[in-house]
Amino acid sequence: MKEFLMIALGVLVFVVIFQIAKASEYVSVLKGEDKTRRQNNKINAFFLLGFLIFGLIGAWYCNELYYGKTLFPQGSASVEGEKIDTMLLITIAITGVVFVITQVLLFWFSFKYQEKDDRKAFYFPHNTKLELIWTTVPAIFLTVLVVFGLKYWFKITGDAPKEAIVVEVTGHQFAWEFRYPGADKVLGKKNYKLTTAKNSLGVDFDDPASADDIHVNTTLHIPVGVPVKMVINSQDVIHDVGLPHFRMKMDAVPGIPTTQWFTPKITTADMKKKTGNPDFNFEIACDQLCGASHYAMRGVIIVETMEEYKKWLAEQKSEYYTLFPEKAPAVDSLNKQITQVLPVKDK
Amino acid sequence: MSSVATLQHADVHDAHHEHHHHETFITKYVFSQDHKMIAKQFLVTGIIWAIIGGLFSVVFRLQLGYPESTFPWLEDLLGHWAAGGKLKPEFYYALVTMHGTILVFFVLTAGLSGTFANFLIPLQVGARDMASPMLNMLSYWFFFLSSIIMFSSLFVQTGPAGGGWTIYPPLSALGDASSGAKIGMDLWLVSMAMFIVSALLGGLNYITTILNMRTKGMSMTRLPLTIWALFFTAVLGVLSFPVLLSGAILLLFDRNLGTSFFLSDIVVAGKILPNEGGSAILFQHLFWFLGHPEVYIILLPAMGMSSEIISVNSRKPIFGYMAMVGSVFAIAILAFLVWAHHMFVTGLNPFLGSVFVLLTLLIAVPSAIKVFNWLTTLWRAKIRFTPAMLFAIGFVSLFISGGLTGIFLGNSALDLHLHDTYFVVAHFHIVMGVASFFGMFAGVYHWFPKMFGRYLNNTMAFIHFWITMIGAYLIFWPMHYEGLAGMPRRYYDYSSWSSFNMFNGLNEFISFVAMIVFAAQLLFVFNFFYSMFKGRKVTDTNPWGANTLEWTTPIHPGHGNWPGEIPEVFRGAYDYAKDGKEFIPQDVPVGDDETKGH
Repeated sequence: MKEFLMIALGVLVFVVIFQIAKASEYVSVLKGEDKTRRQNNKINAFFLLGFLIFGLIGAWYCNELYYGKTLFPQGSASVEGEKIDTMLLITIAITGVVFVITQVLLFWFSFKYQEKDDRKAFYFPHNTKLELIWTTVPAIFLTVLVVFGLKYWFKITGDAPKEAIVVEVTGHQFAWEFRYPGADKVLGKKNYKLTTAKNSLGVDFDDPASADDIHVNTTLHIPVGVPVKMVINSQDVIHDVGLPHFRMKMDAVPGIPTTQWFTPKITTADMKKKTGNPDFNFEIACDQLCGASHYAMRGVIIVETMEEYKKWLAEQKSEYYTLFPEKAPAVDSLNKQITQVLPVKDK
Repeated sequence: MSSVATLQHADVHDAHHEHHHHETFITKYVFSQDHKMIAKQFLVTGIIWAIIGGLFSVVFRLQLGYPESTFPWLEDLLGHWAAGGKLKPEFYYALVTMHGTILVFFVLTAGLSGTFANFLIPLQVGARDMASPMLNMLSYWFFFLSSIIMFSSLFVQTGPAGGGWTIYPPLSALGDASSGAKIGMDLWLVSMAMFIVSALLGGLNYITTILNMRTKGMSMTRLPLTIWALFFTAVLGVLSFPVLLSGAILLLFDRNLGTSFFLSDIVVAGKILPNEGGSAILFQHLFWFLGHPEVYIILLPAMGMSSEIISVNSRKPIFGYMAMVGSVFAIAILAFLVWAHHMFVTGLNPFLGSVFVLLTLLIAVPSAIKVFNWLTTLWRAKIRFTPAMLFAIGFVSLFISGGLTGIFLGNSALDLHLHDTYFVVAHFHIVMGVASFFGMFAGVYHWFPKMFGRYLNNTMAFIHFWITMIGAYLIFWPMHYEGLAGMPRRYYDYSSWSSFNMFNGLNEFISFVAMIVFAAQLLFVFNFFYSMFKGRKVTDTNPWGANTLEWTTPIHPGHGNWPGEIPEVFRGAYDYAKDGKEFIPQDVPVGDDETKGH
């Protein structure tokens, strides 16, 4: 019923506009078309000026409303992301100035040079000096942006530091799975043809390196302050490991492993305090359309202190042990192996 | 009958006898070889597609804006796709995919280039028709066939293609991965193959006509900027569409013949596939080698028409004609060298990425030249705000806004954060979607009198412009903020995400404005069809006081365009306000005492 009323209202508005439009055409014939045209010209010129003024106020108001909801007030959660935020600020500053100048000129000229009886258009077909200026000035600013952008790009996409913790991330419709290399710091080999319901990642358990690998679903634990290198895979279609808080993103492509690395600088617990949101979580969002439940392909990253991380890791059992408990080494020795993932000085 | 030869021949001797042969309804309105009728066919088909594509966006915006609500009437319309009055995710993605496909290809490529290249090229270069009217007719009918196939894909049981308009495999290659990759996807690919044939036939014709069939005196540097823009558009299309065709064919092979061009190491729905050694990224290279030039195929005609319309209605020469031509040329070249900026996060070699950053940001230079030249054209002008002029000014405003955000996305470091978020949605909708639509509207309002011998209603046009202009910014400007918050595009529902669910109110607002803007477009459609039959009649052959040759034809030009000889051209298209004269058409000889201008 509500929809019906809305459609009826829409039709009514339509009919009214049409009648006004037709009437105004008749009136313009009666009044003289030239006179109507001048009147319309003035009205539209005035509206263009109004659009500029209200548009700029609107842009400011929009910023007031939504800046707080972007991720920038809380800052980047990774060290590398800070560079991206700096770069973003530089770009916003430069493009912002250009935006305001050009839009003001566009609408101001439109208003100022509207048709008037005493105005003569100025014959001004070209001017080489002016054209050279607005070729070179943008070129200089763009050079600055390219230089800064690429400097950061190479730093961020370069090789991960040697001390980085390696985690394998695998995407499939519609979830994330993670694998830690265990004490030997080597991930066991995989072959997609070995995939079964139980061995969901297709790990080759004949490879000794896979004996201590740890497999967890959905929630990834990483320590704060240490670089983390993700080795990213997909089992079916292209997914994307989107980490908005860390300003990172990398596709998961079947058959072609990709990598990205970053250094978390704040723990989940500290982030909860900082944002005043007790439910805060770092989320992994799939950023590449991957099928019907793409919108629900959610993962969680828990950034914790090194101690908490080691404690958590020590509680995990290797996948090999879970799948083949009879073959696995004793729990004690396994636990000992796992705690050796990181050099332990304390305790 | 070789129409070209006959037309050229008639041209020299007597143009009269050519267009007096008998025409039936079929040869005049259906299988017409008159470029003007073909242009109208493209335009009307484009308008129908635009309504469908726009309606799809309204339906999926309902889901985004009101994720908690149900709409029982949706179930009446869509059946099981909206069981319980709520869109299914599969169908949501199908709508998103078809919205993109329809708007990018069927409306802003065929509807825009098809209409204005066909209509304006012969009229503005001074030719009686296209180089090959027959191929031109085929170009429309291949487009029609492609439209029928795409339209029919909406009604197959598993739904139309649903993998996004970029149809990345493996999602688009595996029927087991989504219902949108079943028969609907095959129909998509076949339809696109037909579409590419149409684009190639059209493009070759446009290039040939511009290069070979200019009237006496119409040197390349006297061509109106519309023609330059349409020329480079055609070149881009002819060189890049075949690459998409090859990608589409390989994808059809992967889907149906068991090849592994794009597939490797896949386990889907519990099945281990035998495909090994393919590269999913290869498809993206093939796709974007068209896909990026495609952006300029959409944008350049709008730029060309806006340049022409701004100059005519400023009553002033376009500032820096040669720089305008040069910058379109530069954009066309660069358009081929930037495709991988869509692929910064695919695991591309960072060095390769850096080359694409440099080339991408280089495009900002010719774009800046164009913007400043438009602004200088407006400076000290005498501006008439016809509806076409308003849309051309709107085009410049949107091109600035959307172009500047391209500087963010083209810089790979920033793309790491912004890629595939609503920032991208805002960017390309403003710069390529809405801006090109504004160029298209400007063109329709400006050349409607030439097409139909009648005017569109001004009051409806002004209402249409202001609602669209304000609405476009209200819809897309706030989306930048969603993108800065990392909100991913192509999500059906954000409510389960603690990082993105704070924008529910904004999404509702955007959906609400989108519906109003869509309604305003219906006002335009109504105005278009009403004025075609009932609009005020044109009484002056040159109602806008323009210099270009199309306004030297009769109010209702027949097939062959000029009843007598084709006029000779003596000057460029932009002699406005020169030597105290308001305008000097191109067919007026240069006086002895005239100041040397361009």
